[in-house]
Amino acid sequence: MSSKQLMLGNEAFARGAYEAGAKLAVAYPGTPSTEITQAFSKYENVKAQWAPNEKVALETAFGSSLAGNRTLCCFKHVGLNVAADPLFTISYIGINAGLVIIVADDPGMYSSQNEQDSRYYAMSAHIPMLEPSDCNEAVLFVKLAFEISERYDTPVFIRTTTRMSHSRGSVEIHEPVNVEPKEFARNISKNVMLPAFARKRHITVEARENKLSADADHLDVNEISWNDDRSLGIIASGIAYQYVKEALPDASVLKLGMVFPLPLQLIKRFSDGVQKLVVAEELEPFFEMQIKAAGIDCEGKSIFSRQGELSTQTIRKALSDGQETLQVHESFTDLPARPPVLCPGCPHRATFNVLSKLNLFVSGDIGCYTLGALAPYNALHTNVCMGASITVLSGMIKARPELKNQAVAVIGDSTFFHSGMTGLTDMVYNCIPGTVLVLDNRTTGMTGHQDHPGTGKTLQGELTYTVDIGEVAKAVGVKNVRYVDPFNLKELEAVLKEELNNDSPSVIICKHPCALLPKQRTLPVQVDPSVCRKCKQCLRLGCPAIENHDGAPVINTSICSGCKLCQSVCVFGAIR
Amino acid sequence: MKSDLNMIIVGVGGQGTLLSSKILGQLAILNDLDVKLSEVHGMAQRGGSVETHIRIADHVYSPLVEPGTADIVLGFEPMEAARWAHYLSRDGVIITNSSRIWPMPVVTGAVAYPENLYEKFEENNIRYKTIDAQQLADSVGSPRSTNIVLLGYISSLLPFSYEDWLKAIELCVPAKTLEANIKAFDLGKNAYLVKE
Ligand SMILES: Cc1ncc(C[n+]2csc(CCOP(=O)(O)OP(=O)(O)O)c2C)c(N)n1
Repeated sequence: MSSKQLMLGNEAFARGAYEAGAKLAVAYPGTPSTEITQAFSKYENVKAQWAPNEKVALETAFGSSLAGNRTLCCFKHVGLNVAADPLFTISYIGINAGLVIIVADDPGMYSSQNEQDSRYYAMSAHIPMLEPSDCNEAVLFVKLAFEISERYDTPVFIRTTTRMSHSRGSVEIHEPVNVEPKEFARNISKNVMLPAFARKRHITVEARENKLSADADHLDVNEISWNDDRSLGIIASGIAYQYVKEALPDASVLKLGMVFPLPLQLIKRFSDGVQKLVVAEELEPFFEMQIKAAGIDCEGKSIFSRQGELSTQTIRKALSDGQETLQVHESFTDLPARPPVLCPGCPHRATFNVLSKLNLFVSGDIGCYTLGALAPYNALHTNVCMGASITVLSGMIKARPELKNQAVAVIGDSTFFHSGMTGLTDMVYNCIPGTVLVLDNRTTGMTGHQDHPGTGKTLQGELTYTVDIGEVAKAVGVKNVRYVDPFNLKELEAVLKEELNNDSPSVIICKHPCALLPKQRTLPVQVDPSVCRKCKQCLRLGCPAIENHDGAPVINTSICSGCKLCQSVCVFGAIR
Repeated sequence: MKSDLNMIIVGVGGQGTLLSSKILGQLAILNDLDVKLSEVHGMAQRGGSVETHIRIADHVYSPLVEPGTADIVLGFEPMEAARWAHYLSRDGVIITNSSRIWPMPVVTGAVAYPENLYEKFEENNIRYKTIDAQQLADSVGSPRSTNIVLLGYISSLLPFSYEDWLKAIELCVPAKTLEANIKAFDLGKNAYLVKE
């Protein structure tokens, strides 16, 4: 029995894993990958869990595979950097039951700090990688990935992109297959990567890749669609394939469903059949370089940018011999921008209000609070990757000890568990008198409110232990651990001043739930214009609910959350 | 109207644009048509500009509408509708909610909200219609149904039956809000019929 359903790409990946009989999904959230694990968690007879970070996720997933269950592991492209250490060695060991890793790239950086191309990980870790081009293929390719994983004794990557993951389309769904757990046997020379064993496994890995490479030429998902027009042949994969078909319905196309290793014989045959070969790929020239290295002439990045996404329009413009653009109306270029902002009622706004008042240098981290770098706060001054706030501050204070009372680190609660704990341990161990603010809004805010080790709930909604951030800090040796509600501005300021003047590491936990969590909204407040002196203190908060009407603040009550931060900064008592 | 549809729904993160596009996707599936939607999740949902592309046809390749090909740009906010006006085809039309949401540069007073958007539409021969969907939704006591009021409003432009609309809504909203949402849909639908 099959039937059609409308699904988000990420839901389709989860469906594929479910139909393939996967029993566990492990992940750390990260746009655009988050919904895969959430969707998987809703199926019957499966387990799904959030790990505190991607390295933990991949190792757990590997353990589950080793013990005999088909397992899925998901994260965004930068998460793969965190998981890279186990990745390269798991490739040597191989798997027991199927292990599929879905990695989500973000061309265009809709929600990311860089635009890295994960396909290179497939090449350097010698792991096959598939890339679907629509939601229906998302289901099929995950199922195929589990088969390949077990057939070739390798983890298998599925690569997706923001556009693929966050597209919705119709999906043919089927019943899940029933896969019995695999026998679990001790096999020291395969599963323990001591140098002597690893040298042997390296030989196996190379042989595996050669076999995969040869078989790729005959894999159904690598497919040529010949057209009468042979003047131009295009090689594409994933969502780019769809743009190509849309812009150039008459061109001959080789669609690569397996993006590593490449089916070089098939590519050669395709190239021989067309006059000009073009590779349409987003981000880096991953195909182009390999194709050229194989002695096949083609064009790619001389035509298309390495930055951002492709689109039907960019392909039409570059390759169509007809109309360059279908656009009729000029675009309105002078509209005010609408950047993302901290929500009305966001506790981070209160913290940034105090940080900018004290004019501190803020070593930042990744989460909603990174928006503290934007106007009107301009109060976050570095941001590298998750966990880097504490360690970068440590380095700065080592270099310039006087910074100890002019600089702080800010890190979210989810980020603290992800990779802040090791940095904090380092700060204690290396005697760095830094001040760390943990912005504990009781959730993983930026990625859409996932639970984490500090929230007391699991992904599947069960109650569990709550790991206490303050206790963790004390356990690694932080003597000064303080708790403040950031909406209590005076107290936060006083505590900050005290801790900045300490000669040992301090952790200030700014604890207040995210404004978007249930039951956080209260009645909106309003400005009494007869009392207001237009001093603009409230407007400087940069709250989307406080509008500047010719110098006078007016509160948009439809979006005001009633947090009363504006009331606390109004010295005239004009806000009620 | 032809059964192919290219549409863009635009608004501000948090306004509920995703629900409307999902309903349109369900409509396509109910009518055995191919459909692809492209949504914005993540960072922009924190009050930034968001857009959903909707493409319905016998077979759809790209999930993205190409500039110059949209039959409808449905604005949940007028300035966002203007931002996507160049996606309209020659016969395309902007339908927009008239209540404004100020972006941060306007909130802080750094720039002004553009006052004469509708005049500019006229100057550029852009067809448009406006509806105070927010106020209509408020009037039936469900301010969160603005998105459904807007769908009701455009339903007359699309080749789907009233029954299918209701079925698609039912598939996408929580059961306890179904009645309020149908009320909101009818309100939008009638608002269009009265205007025409
Ligand atoms: C290695 C890595 N994994 C995942 C992400 C995606 N991501 C960005 S911020 C964030 C978590 C934010 O949560 P928290 O630290 O609690 O701050 P909040 O957004 O709640 O303020 C995540 C998971 C990332 N940027 N890098």
